[in-house]
Amino acid sequence: MAIRRGRGVAAINYPTGMNLGGDPTQALVHSTPTGNFMVTLSSVDLGQGMKQIMAQICAETIGVPTDRVVVDTADTDTSPHCMGTFASRGTHRAGNAVIQAAREARQVMLEVAAEELEVDARDLETDGQGNILVKGAPQKSISIFDVALSAHFKRGRSISGRGMFLIPRSYPEKETGAMKPSTCYAHACTVAEVEVDDETGEVTVLTVKNIFEIGRALNPKMVEQQLVGGSWMGISHALYETTEPYYPSRDHGGTDFNQYLMPGPGDLADTEIIVLERPSADGPYGAKGPGEMCANPQIPAVANAIFDAVGVRVDTLPITPERILRALKAEGTV
Amino acid sequence: MELRKSYFADVRKDDLHEIGQPRPRLDSPGHVTGKTAFFADHNFPGMLHLKMVRSPHHHARIRSIDTSEAEKHPGVVRILTARDVPHNVYTILILIQIGPEDETVLADGKVRWRGEAVVAVLAETERAAQEAAAKVKVDYEVLPAVFDMEEALKPGAPLVNEYHGQNYYLYDSGECRKVRFGDVEAGFAQADHILEQSYQSSPIEHAPTETTGCVVAPEGNDRFTCYTNTQAMFFTLDNTSIILQMPGSKLHFVGGTVGGGFGGKVDVIVEPIAILAAKLTGRPVSFVYSREEEMQISSPRAAEKVVIKDGVMKDGRIAARKVTGYTDAGAYSRHSPYGAQKGAGHYPGPYTIPNVWIDTYCVYTNRTPSSAMRGFGVTIGDFALEVQMDKLARLIGMDPLEFRFINAYRDGDMKAHRQPTEGAALIECMQEASRAANWPVAEKYMAMSSYEKEA
Repeated sequence: MAIRRGRGVAAINYPTGMNLGGDPTQALVHSTPTGNFMVTLSSVDLGQGMKQIMAQICAETIGVPTDRVVVDTADTDTSPHCMGTFASRGTHRAGNAVIQAAREARQVMLEVAAEELEVDARDLETDGQGNILVKGAPQKSISIFDVALSAHFKRGRSISGRGMFLIPRSYPEKETGAMKPSTCYAHACTVAEVEVDDETGEVTVLTVKNIFEIGRALNPKMVEQQLVGGSWMGISHALYETTEPYYPSRDHGGTDFNQYLMPGPGDLADTEIIVLERPSADGPYGAKGPGEMCANPQIPAVANAIFDAVGVRVDTLPITPERILRALKAEGTV
Repeated sequence: MELRKSYFADVRKDDLHEIGQPRPRLDSPGHVTGKTAFFADHNFPGMLHLKMVRSPHHHARIRSIDTSEAEKHPGVVRILTARDVPHNVYTILILIQIGPEDETVLADGKVRWRGEAVVAVLAETERAAQEAAAKVKVDYEVLPAVFDMEEALKPGAPLVNEYHGQNYYLYDSGECRKVRFGDVEAGFAQADHILEQSYQSSPIEHAPTETTGCVVAPEGNDRFTCYTNTQAMFFTLDNTSIILQMPGSKLHFVGGTVGGGFGGKVDVIVEPIAILAAKLTGRPVSFVYSREEEMQISSPRAAEKVVIKDGVMKDGRIAARKVTGYTDAGAYSRHSPYGAQKGAGHYPGPYTIPNVWIDTYCVYTNRTPSSAMRGFGVTIGDFALEVQMDKLARLIGMDPLEFRFINAYRDGDMKAHRQPTEGAALIECMQEASRAANWPVAEKYMAMSSYEKEA
């Protein structure tokens, strides 16, 4: 009887979005009289930070600081259609729609600025701080605050834009299965280190090193929160969770968090996250959808580490102490 | 977290102002101080509470329903059964022409899983609704049930869902979604080793902080505002419109700020019946899942069985891979036919294999309908694939990480579903893992690239 140590690896990819019925999202952007920008969406913020990311995408595209953008998600009376927040599609699909809407609004903004400055709109650029400057002659400038006032009260222009991003439906070919199931793919490789008590079957995940390639980290802090949370969820999936512990039997299903087990703070693995960025050709500023992918590689990495530790395979999830002990017993190891 | 900017530096420009900046989230202070408004923060005078009478049986015929005692219970305002629902038999993917309609809002003549909604009780308080629900008498004739996917697929198994007519989803390609690439049998014939293994998962719960629910308020003009935590606003609105046979213009959904989804809030379950209740009573209605309902009634991630047969060469190349996947949809489709299809598009994983055969089945059993969850159609497949990769490496005496380098897909490689690989980065992730985990691999693997083929 001993505590045995093992290490396992897994490498995966993950598709962004879904193609079953076409994959559309729309966005509207407009300026207020004082040059703040409203993004209107029916995409849903599930707590992952959709609103913040859409604000940064809109700000980058228009050329203003992020705190001048307000994102309104989800009132069907005012917001245009979004397929929904799932399939790792939110940032990618809504982000592309926001870029298109913001570009259209930016164009109007530059045209109004051009009239005020009596120059050609093509000669203007934004400084990212809330001003529009003449390229090569930055002393000639106007604030976006003043441009918006002019548009509203003097020029009669609506600084606004419409954005639409659609991945058309792909019908799988019946015999060969040829299809385009998604767009860009995120990637990951995880190495997990575990200790297995071969007397109790208990597994302790000591360390988990996750390498994620996500296209572009639009907001690195938010990427971190999602990837760390996902890594925890993957470990939980591997070792703890099920609503039917003796599937396919329907008995003994948990009905609250006392019965439905998940790792608590004391069970957290030492978690390392490293992010690589290969911008995708079709993503907003190169972003891919890492939301789902980040919870997947830990499961096989932990399973492989358990085998490395005790020499038995448990090919049924979750890998509970009971299953490990039964496998050890079947092998005659204990 | 560390950003390793050295990778892909030649294909990336880092010249942006707002993107790439770790700006503090504008909504965080509201979340952590309890100021953010969620659907349940909407409370209206005279609001009714909806509780479901649920089937205690996995599969049964309903002989009769007697609500007379429940109606007399103090505080009860209205009781709804199947005949109150205008379009009771529905399926959510009908919006994108994926049928057949196979599920009832309230059970009509039959229940197909333990926990299925049979009768909705509306009362002045949650407690009154709960107590009255216990007084509804349903006379059931219990039928044989099937829980195991293999059993369900055998001839003579109890039929779970008459709207399908057999215990699997019928795709246009037949009993499963198929992918055929190369000649898998020829691949097996030339392989040095064959390994066939079976993998199994159990259903799991999304476990959001905020359980599924909605609050509906009549606007006083035949319109209804539904405060909801759905993950898909118009998808839910449009399905509600079909189920209630009500123009979409009469429906106003407000949401977009949700306490965790993970795929558990895309099934359109609470909104149609709550809006119907508000319409029939003229009162605001709240329908919120208890934690028990969230765990055992709300769709879990499907259990899956994955059988992988590989032919591998001594030098580490995988010559052929055959995958048969089974998704346990439970009693109704919901999103599962799509999940199984998504699996077909995901196998054989991020590896370039010349001969591939994939069949994915969506199977019906008498259990809680499963549906979307984070990693839908992929997570369990990745578990199976990556454990299989570990076994294959050990079978041929190769380092598991080096074995993956040999087979990793790269830009331009044709995938089994006939899309060329673009934007690959698996090799670079593994190179960084080799460094970070101090798991050395041969120098030739560290010199590989996903997008530049070495000479």
